[in-house]
Amino acid sequence: MSVLVLVEHDGKSVKDATLAAVSAASKLGEVHALVAGNNADAVAQAVAKIAGVAKVYTASSPALEHQLAEAVAPLAAKLMESHDAFVAPATTTGKNIAPRVAALLDVMQISDILSVEGPDTFTRPIYAGNAIATVKSKDSKKVITVRTTAFEKASAEGGSAPVEQVDASGDPGTSSFVGLEASKSERPELTSAGVIVSGGRAFGSSEQFHSLLDPLADKLGAAVGASRAAVDAGYAPNDYQVGQTGKIVAPQVYIAIGISGAIQHLAGMKDSKTIIAINKDEEAPIFQVADIGLVGDLFKIVPELTEKL
Amino acid sequence: MKVLVAVKRVIDFNVKPRVKMNGSGVDLMNVKMSMNPFDEIAVEEAIRLKEKGQATEIVAVSIGPAKAQETLRTSLAMGADRAILVQTDEEVEPLAVAKILAKIAEEEQPGMIILGKQAIDDDNNATGQMLAALLGWPQGTFASKVEPSGDAVTVTREVDGGLETVKLKLPAVVTTDLRLNEPRYASLPNIMKAKSKPLATKSPGDYGVDVARRLETVKVTEPAKRQAGIKVGSVDELVERLHGMGIAK
Repeated sequence: MSVLVLVEHDGKSVKDATLAAVSAASKLGEVHALVAGNNADAVAQAVAKIAGVAKVYTASSPALEHQLAEAVAPLAAKLMESHDAFVAPATTTGKNIAPRVAALLDVMQISDILSVEGPDTFTRPIYAGNAIATVKSKDSKKVITVRTTAFEKASAEGGSAPVEQVDASGDPGTSSFVGLEASKSERPELTSAGVIVSGGRAFGSSEQFHSLLDPLADKLGAAVGASRAAVDAGYAPNDYQVGQTGKIVAPQVYIAIGISGAIQHLAGMKDSKTIIAINKDEEAPIFQVADIGLVGDLFKIVPELTEKL
Repeated sequence: MKVLVAVKRVIDFNVKPRVKMNGSGVDLMNVKMSMNPFDEIAVEEAIRLKEKGQATEIVAVSIGPAKAQETLRTSLAMGADRAILVQTDEEVEPLAVAKILAKIAEEEQPGMIILGKQAIDDDNNATGQMLAALLGWPQGTFASKVEPSGDAVTVTREVDGGLETVKLKLPAVVTTDLRLNEPRYASLPNIMKAKSKPLATKSPGDYGVDVARRLETVKVTEPAKRQAGIKVGSVDELVERLHGMGIAK
């Protein structure tokens, strides 16, 4: 079986999510990677070195620069004529493109898989992670998105795959990129951070959220996350949001501060190795999943913790 | 411009789903059902476009059991003009839903179709993208801002690295993210008025779409549970534990 993996990149480097997708794909068969971009040669060279990648296809055109689904999907669908499965990381890029590929191939996508149980059988979360479904695909070709925290990352070194240029035409010209307002941060990215400190609505304001959490995060070399309640209240930007409707994370240590532990938040972080909860309500549901809990007032605890670390 | 919105009847988002003992699925007997929250945002956005004079008519569509009528009546009470129920007791997958919606779009010729980015039951996040592919239309997924102007629409998208803005030629498909808007509650007079708005009932067969499932559910289980751990009594103890894990040493 040959598997086409969609490479997620920013034109210069490969995003980590790709490495998890390669791991999942290698459980199905021989891994070929697709780099859709504009003169993204450096990316193609990096992908060729990923352990387990047997071939790299690279398509280059201005229309592919921002990996818009309208341009990438027909390209992927064409390459799928000679592949049995299409695998993309379940990032916003992968989730945007993969279903479009699936529909062009007339197959039902298998979304956000947690494991590969066989060539056509997978597990995936449903109901915000409150249930795990084992599903078997009857389609002859598979289109799959991968929950990146559920798979080990393939090694970025060790491979030496050949790189092949493929035809990059096929953009219908119906969409164009206007701009990206990137969230600027000196800290590690949420989805790849080893330590995350995450704040909830209990912080009370954007100023208090940042003045208390940012120094703690700096001390720990941690990424900063937030609950949906904190984001909706405007304390943190939306790409801080950890949860089923935000980012799914699985760091070594997740420190939830002033977060009660709504189902949808737990769905986004319960695979963290160690969960630490700080909350003034000792009945808060977050303590039911926390390895270490501390009951008390975050406005006293957080500065003290930052100072003592 | 006519706007089509797709709505799904799902378990209410405040209800904790229970996995059936026999592993066949999630128990929906006697469970409160509501409109998928992302679809409510889709309906709200369509209504706001109409209030701004950018949409002329809003058609709400649902594919599901007879009771999905209630979901459509809610859309009508919020401000949709008419509704189409494609009635079936089968669990219809996103691909088949997209095929039915594509047929309806051919009949109705909307300028925009707005859907929730995902349903909170099967969490597929696929129908909108599939519909756009089948129609050959551009897509603005995970939208936090939708601004039509002339023959195009500018969509701001919530992406992993921040906010991406794309410009799409109309007609286009838009899928909603949480921060696009806050849906209104239907007022009592509007709920009464909604009862007399037109609601057509169709079947998947009317659109020539085969809704046979492509994915067979082998079993549904509860996720592995985490055990509650220990409570520490002071910040000093917490610091000690963190150092013990090799953190911030």
